[in-house]
Amino acid sequence: MEPLFQWFEHSWLGTSVNNSLWAFAAFEALHLLALAVIGGAVLVVDLRTLGWVFPRQRVNEIAAEARPWLIGSIIAMFLTGIPLLASLADSKYYFNEAFRLKMYFLFLALLFTFFVRQRIALGDEARANSMMAKAVAVVSVLLWSGVGIMGRGIGFY
Amino acid sequence: MSTLLSFCQWLAETPFSIGIRESTYIYPIIESVHVLSLCIFVGLLLLWDLRLIGITLRRVAVSEVWARLIPWITMGAALMVVSGLLLFASDPVRFFGNVFFRVKAFGLFLALLNAIAFHLGIERKLVDWDTALVTPRAAKLAGAISIGLWAIIVVTGRFVAYNWFSPLV
Repeated sequence: MEPLFQWFEHSWLGTSVNNSLWAFAAFEALHLLALAVIGGAVLVVDLRTLGWVFPRQRVNEIAAEARPWLIGSIIAMFLTGIPLLASLADSKYYFNEAFRLKMYFLFLALLFTFFVRQRIALGDEARANSMMAKAVAVVSVLLWSGVGIMGRGIGFY
Repeated sequence: MSTLLSFCQWLAETPFSIGIRESTYIYPIIESVHVLSLCIFVGLLLLWDLRLIGITLRRVAVSEVWARLIPWITMGAALMVVSGLLLFASDPVRFFGNVFFRVKAFGLFLALLNAIAFHLGIERKLVDWDTALVTPRAAKLAGAISIGLWAIIVVTGRFVAYNWFSPLV
């Protein structure tokens, strides 16, 4: 795997970010803005499933409202995260434990969101209000929090 | 300004400030709380601003969106303020002299003014447009200004970490 990270850092993308004074900071700031959007889009659905927000609206209604923002912010996260990764792929991220854990959390969070949570949140109301759905909401918040905490952790590691 | 600077210098020498600044774990923990509270505060505030513009949750009354989101937004804001003040206390002279920190502080002030203007203005006539399919122009404007200001606050907040410009004090 390390040759891939080495290649990525020396690729056009990696060198372009490294040769710019502001590119890293700009992508980082946009990454942070997308974090706020993804946070709101994930939280509002999980809080609704737990019955803590918008109790009079159906879960699938809130989930449908949040969906474009969730998908849009995930795309923005990748578009801003990939140049950040490229710039220090080999000299930092490959050896960074927090980055690795973040990737594991991200992989699980994406799978869980689109293969498990989505079926419940956009499904029928009886299932969306079950105990199982509440457990799914808690797991969703924990997995996405893991991504965020490890993301912040990259800078401290 | 010199009074503010003296205050920052005094604060920086207190055991409280030194304790946070020199800690191994406390500072990263406070900073993580500050960043992650962003999801609760800005993320949910965004839904409210988008409702004012008329983009999200259009079938839910404006007053209901407010009533349901405000406890969470308030909680997020409290976490942001407490963690933010602690971060500031850890190195007050550096923050005070940082140009991005000043822009951020001014942005926060403008965001507060925007919220007050909304409260004293179009919100007073909320009964007329609570369930309207199209929100009034003043409400759309308040929502859009809020989104713009918070984006500036988040971005300049992140930029505080960079020393591109020499300190102002």
